[in-house]
Amino acid sequence: MNYTEKVMDHFMNPRNVGKIEDANAIAEVGNPSCGDVIKMYLKINGDMIEDIKFQTFGCGAAIAVSSQTTEMVKGKSLKEALEVTRDQVADELGGLPAVKMHCSNLAADALHQAVKTYMKEHGIA
Amino acid sequence: MQRIYLDYNATTPVRAEVRDAVLPFLNELFGNPSSRHFEGRQVKTKIEAARDQVAKAIDADPERIVFNAGATEGNVTVLRGYQVNYKEKKGRNHIIISAVEHPCIYDTAKKMAGEGYEVTIVPVNGDGDLDLAFLKSAIKDTTGLISVMTVNNETGVIYPIKEIAKIAHEKGILFHTDAAQAIGKMPFSVKDIDADFVTLSGHKCYAPKGVGALYIKKGKRLDPLLTGGHQENNRRAGTENVVGMVALGKALELATAEMSADRERIGKIRDEFERRVLAEVPHARRNGGAGNRLYTTSNISFRFVEGEAIQLKLDYHGIAVSTGSACSSGTLDPSHVVMAMCGGDEEEAHSSIRFSFGKYSKMEEVDYVVGRIKEVIAQLRSFSPLYDKFMNSKPK
Repeated sequence: MNYTEKVMDHFMNPRNVGKIEDANAIAEVGNPSCGDVIKMYLKINGDMIEDIKFQTFGCGAAIAVSSQTTEMVKGKSLKEALEVTRDQVADELGGLPAVKMHCSNLAADALHQAVKTYMKEHGIA
Repeated sequence: MQRIYLDYNATTPVRAEVRDAVLPFLNELFGNPSSRHFEGRQVKTKIEAARDQVAKAIDADPERIVFNAGATEGNVTVLRGYQVNYKEKKGRNHIIISAVEHPCIYDTAKKMAGEGYEVTIVPVNGDGDLDLAFLKSAIKDTTGLISVMTVNNETGVIYPIKEIAKIAHEKGILFHTDAAQAIGKMPFSVKDIDADFVTLSGHKCYAPKGVGALYIKKGKRLDPLLTGGHQENNRRAGTENVVGMVALGKALELATAEMSADRERIGKIRDEFERRVLAEVPHARRNGGAGNRLYTTSNISFRFVEGEAIQLKLDYHGIAVSTGSACSSGTLDPSHVVMAMCGGDEEEAHSSIRFSFGKYSKMEEVDYVVGRIKEVIAQLRSFSPLYDKFMNSKPK
């Protein structure tokens, strides 16, 4: 299976790339030896993800899912962010090749990790 | 958009002269070469002429050439069929291969290891050169076959096959070389090398996909994979791929005639390309080739970015390349070849791109390609967490 047009669009024109210098939630998942590392930077204000950016080392799919995930949760609540799944991200992109579903579809994991760490640190249940 | 094809090691276009040579066989020359009537005899004559052309290109006698479906078939036939040469058959079940063989050898040998064969894989160093001392010390009484490729498909590294054939023969062991990337591109004499079996492929040298040939030295045999027909002198059953045979013959005849001019011209393009990339792109590293290397290939790792992403971006800019990264191959492992050379550094293996040049490559394209590479690598690094980490760890 080839990449969908939407995957290619996110890959060629990734949204929300880079770092947030004053991020208050950061998480990194993956491993260079597996070919994918995704790092998410979040600026959380109250219950809201005010801003989100990413850095990704990885294939086209890894970059596209990172970009897509940031679009899905920017301006959303922490609860909504935690409800976003890997499968939803893939569905939003019109699907991913089977081999990419596990190795490259890591952005939701990074997002959840960042949000959960933030909630724990701030005593949010 | 104008395309720039830099993936000649993956496959080559069919040359116009080759296409023209086969057209009659898609029209009036349709006979079955096994038939005794006029239609059959006419075609039989032509495939024997093609066999002569192939034989001449590798300095072999024509009756030693078996046409087949390509390098995979040739290589698997050798691995699966060599034991027929030994009286003590099952006792010669030890095979030695290199760590950088094509998957059709590497994976088949690994599969055979689970079927009662013993397989030793000879490592390469960071330049891609084979550890010959290791190879010699791996030889034992049960060794039946040593198989080392002539030229590596991913790096272009040339292996000392004449020397390895000699080592094998001193111990009474058969020697095979997969020469798919070499034949038609560099001088190749089966007699000089003294190989027992040689594999070659049509679509790597401007003939169509689906045809290849196997050289079997006089006095040696291989148990055929395909049985049930007398074709190819009982060495490969099935009605002949006439179009493929005629094409392969023509392609190798042309390649032999044009070899030295091609070598000069293509080598200059590859060298200029590589010099510029290594000089102009920071943190780029060449994989292999401090020693002897074929003039067609340049394999480069671009640290901090992943190969498939580079490949996709270059494709968008009209440039076709390939990558040793796992992400393009449908498996989860990066290239075992580049891994073997990166000393197990998987990140660098994931970052490797193979540029391979050929007949229709032009020096004028180098500037555009280098420009796009610089742009694409800079873009991808701009949001690579590995690059960010690296830049921040440097003393200011």
